[in-house]
Amino acid sequence: MNRQIAVECTGVVKDFGTGSVKQRVLQGIDWQVPIGATTFLVGPSGCGKTTLISIIAGLLTATSGTVRILDQEITKMRPGRVVKFRADCLGFIFQQFNLLPSLSAVENAAVSLVVQGSTLASAKRQAAALLDQLGMDKNKHKYPNQLSGGQQQRVAIARALVHNPKIVISDEPTASLDAQAGREVMELLRQVASADDRAVIVVTHDNRIFPFADHIATMSDGRIESFRRNAT
Amino acid sequence: MFAIALKMLFHDRAKYLGLILGVAFSTLLINQQLGIFIGLITRAGAVIVDVPQADIWVMDPGVKNLDTIFPLRDTELGRVRGVPGVAWAVPLYKSNVTIRTGNGELEASLLIGVDDSTLIGLPPEVVMGNIDDLRRPDAVAVSVDGFRKVWRNEPLSLGNIAELNDRRAVVVAIVKDSPKFTSSITFFTRYSQALQYTNNGRNQMSFIVAKSAPGATPQEVSRSVVARTGLQAMSAEDFRYKAIMYVVQNTGIPISIGTVVGLGILVGIAVVGLMFNLFVLENLKQFAVLKAIGTSNMRLIGMVFLQAAVVGFVGFSVGLFGATMFFETAGKSPTFQGFYLPWYVAAGSGAIAAAIIVLAALLAMRRVLFVDPAIVFRG
Repeated sequence: MNRQIAVECTGVVKDFGTGSVKQRVLQGIDWQVPIGATTFLVGPSGCGKTTLISIIAGLLTATSGTVRILDQEITKMRPGRVVKFRADCLGFIFQQFNLLPSLSAVENAAVSLVVQGSTLASAKRQAAALLDQLGMDKNKHKYPNQLSGGQQQRVAIARALVHNPKIVISDEPTASLDAQAGREVMELLRQVASADDRAVIVVTHDNRIFPFADHIATMSDGRIESFRRNAT
Repeated sequence: MFAIALKMLFHDRAKYLGLILGVAFSTLLINQQLGIFIGLITRAGAVIVDVPQADIWVMDPGVKNLDTIFPLRDTELGRVRGVPGVAWAVPLYKSNVTIRTGNGELEASLLIGVDDSTLIGLPPEVVMGNIDDLRRPDAVAVSVDGFRKVWRNEPLSLGNIAELNDRRAVVVAIVKDSPKFTSSITFFTRYSQALQYTNNGRNQMSFIVAKSAPGATPQEVSRSVVARTGLQAMSAEDFRYKAIMYVVQNTGIPISIGTVVGLGILVGIAVVGLMFNLFVLENLKQFAVLKAIGTSNMRLIGMVFLQAAVVGFVGFSVGLFGATMFFETAGKSPTFQGFYLPWYVAAGSGAIAAAIIVLAALLAMRRVLFVDPAIVFRG
């Protein structure tokens, strides 16, 4: 196992549509995401960032090419195995938080463990401890509609980390937040998510949070244009 | 995941209540209408039920039900008694008479004349009085509901005097009979006394009711009676079925009630199907999130079916409770006696509710199965 690389994309192509309406969104991506670092995937709207992370997450299938995650080739896995792999190895943070409105903060944070098979009661105990760490101790039992955007994103971070995944995929985590809340969320994400055995991938075009990146990959027209260590 | 499924379901209270009400309304309508239908058609054979001692009924070959009767000659009774396999046979008289109520109003009532010596033909349950007193002159027994209709606002009592076709009748007993199709007032008296009330003279036997001898079935003995007398004879059960089927085939009741039941089922399917579909549609992004973070399709299907099952169970229970309360409450009215909710109607409506729910869940499940989890990345 390559202990330095979390995600390895080789020649990943993705087409949408067929025939005359076929559109090639990814033009053969070669990219390696290191473990133990926060990697930003940046680029203009429509350049294929979301498609790429959807393929990495096993939510979309690539037209061609291979994606290896933690030394397992996700592009060759059976669909059922991909679902299990996602539950065990990946954590997600979404732009719109995507919390379940019917669940309290602690229940939302516990969902990833429940998906893995824990009972809601035991999952809630673990989730509550993590929410405390994220400064949500007073809001654990509130529902999403009673929380601010920043608080909702903290709950989403807790949901993404509670089952201790090896890879965290975060899509525009600050897009729905003001500058201050965005910075706080990124600081928390960096504090809580960073670990030697974990890779954090953040898709963003919010350049105010670039200082939180260890590496920055820039995409353009379906290709990785540059991949560099962040100097800021 | 099931706890999460239930929280999702209960969270949208308006839709949850709508779903419950859809199933409940459908269940209530089906049970109420079918209960009334069973109650109505059962009344067609009520006179037979009230003579539990007899298992064979003999009548004119042209008789199709209990209301259209052609009288038998008195001599037929002896012929029937002579058929091998007949343990005993007695005459039964049935006629409609007019009665003047306590406040002078006229009411149609049923008069049943039972065997003078054995009093076979009387309903077994005596509420008040002694049936042996029927042997006294002008003595009649009256049904409980009949008493309440003739002597309104009076407590049940003996000794009341009525006029049956302008002749004096003294109530010596009050009995509990089966509700009839045409009238809720039934008088019982001796066969000979009944003929006096109707002034019809000889050869007025409506039916001969008989009992098969030990070791012989009513069907076998009935066949022997037919062969030897040329009359129509059948087991009590067969005659009851024939009387019920006459109502089913010759009245608009099945179509009328069947239409309402059909509407109940359609409304159930439409309301529950559409609303459950809407519920799933509105929660589709939540299902997509669960799918994205690693919930398998099987578990998502399980969640949808659990939500549907809870809606079905609660809705069915509420509807069944409503139907039960309807029969319980309405059954206290004298005109509504005999209507009830048979267990098989409740069970059948449960199966219909389950089918509605499964259909709704299957329709909604398609959306959950085919939702693209990648939509969670779209703002």
